[in-house]
Amino acid sequence: MPRRTDQILGVIASLAAAGTLPIALAVAPPDAVQGQAQRLMYVHVPAAWLAYLAFAAVLLCSIGYLLSRDLRWDRRAQAAAEIGVGMTALAIVLGSLWGRPVWGVWWVWDPRLVTTTVLLLVYVGYLGVRGLSADPHASARRTSAVGILAFVNIPIVHFSVVWWRTLHQPPTLLQPGGSHPIAPGMLAALLASLVTFTLAGIVVYRRRLRQLAARDALLRERFADSSTAATAQEPAPAVLVIPQVFR
Amino acid sequence: MNGTGTASIPDGAAVVAGSGRPRLRLRLLLLLVVALAGISLAAMTGLNGNLVYYKTPTELVRDTGLHGKRVRVGGLVMPGSVRRSPGTVSFTLTDGVTDLHVVNRGQPSGVFQAGQGALVDGFWGRDDVFRSDQVLVKHDNTYRAPNGKKYSPPDPLRTAQVTNR
Repeated sequence: MPRRTDQILGVIASLAAAGTLPIALAVAPPDAVQGQAQRLMYVHVPAAWLAYLAFAAVLLCSIGYLLSRDLRWDRRAQAAAEIGVGMTALAIVLGSLWGRPVWGVWWVWDPRLVTTTVLLLVYVGYLGVRGLSADPHASARRTSAVGILAFVNIPIVHFSVVWWRTLHQPPTLLQPGGSHPIAPGMLAALLASLVTFTLAGIVVYRRRLRQLAARDALLRERFADSSTAATAQEPAPAVLVIPQVFR
Repeated sequence: MNGTGTASIPDGAAVVAGSGRPRLRLRLLLLLVVALAGISLAAMTGLNGNLVYYKTPTELVRDTGLHGKRVRVGGLVMPGSVRRSPGTVSFTLTDGVTDLHVVNRGQPSGVFQAGQGALVDGFWGRDDVFRSDQVLVKHDNTYRAPNGKKYSPPDPLRTAQVTNR
């Protein structure tokens, strides 16, 4: 993966962030009902969006592995899942910070918050089942199956506010019915922050992927001398990179 | 771990990987069971044993069996109905069909105001007064600038249709 592209993407993401900040903090008006606390929307919503995007990438990369049996897809899925888990946790924390001054509480067990918690746990579990087999392909097969099945959580989380009664309000931009009841300045800030988070996510993803590839290559090198059976495939490095969750 | 057809792994790696496949699998299963149990418990507690997160005033008054049971009711805070006194606040919660008189112990936090939605958690007395100890603000999905335009509360019946409740 060319480093030049990484540099360019990093610069673009930084510019996007720099451009979003004044819009989110000054140009966008405070909400008539919620006040200044509503500005948390410009980080809470993009975090959730990036999580959905990352988990969609996990889905595609899992399918990619099962179709090609190329372990690079498994690595891409891991990098994407790590971003997804981080962004889900961030969305939960930011949502809690937003909820306290507006709803009046830090947390409720309404269907939206419950399903989002389940989403987080499922993908933490996805990262936990990685690397359990001695055979990296067996491990990748299992992981890919989980990565595909786990995606069912995304529509459940998204539609939870429409299917069931919740404290959390229904979507504003993705409302069934199609209207967008949001002031123009706020919409601008939200779109700018969505772009920023997406770009930042891509930058982090590429860096993480590069790191995972380098580690696998290093381990491959280390065991190339000590393996007694000769194979053409990638040997066992995936086994040794069990996530810290299970250490 | 030899003889699986892939590159054999040095014994050191097997130790690093965790001793034994069955133990890891058991740990995972245990984690899964605990997680699911925890979530189910939390969800049921949050739902107070009901299948819905809150009832509407109409549903509440229709079910006389709910007297004395803790229940959560959601609706719109009727404009002009909010009365605050030291230690309590009273208001009318409506769903467009039924009005519910609520007396809440304590002042509500959040952006509680007439014309916005609210969820109240408490008990419905036989005197048709709902005594709650918690008020949560349920705001809608609209975001408006405070530019002096008169804010009109959303029609609760129309909102109910849009969100299919």
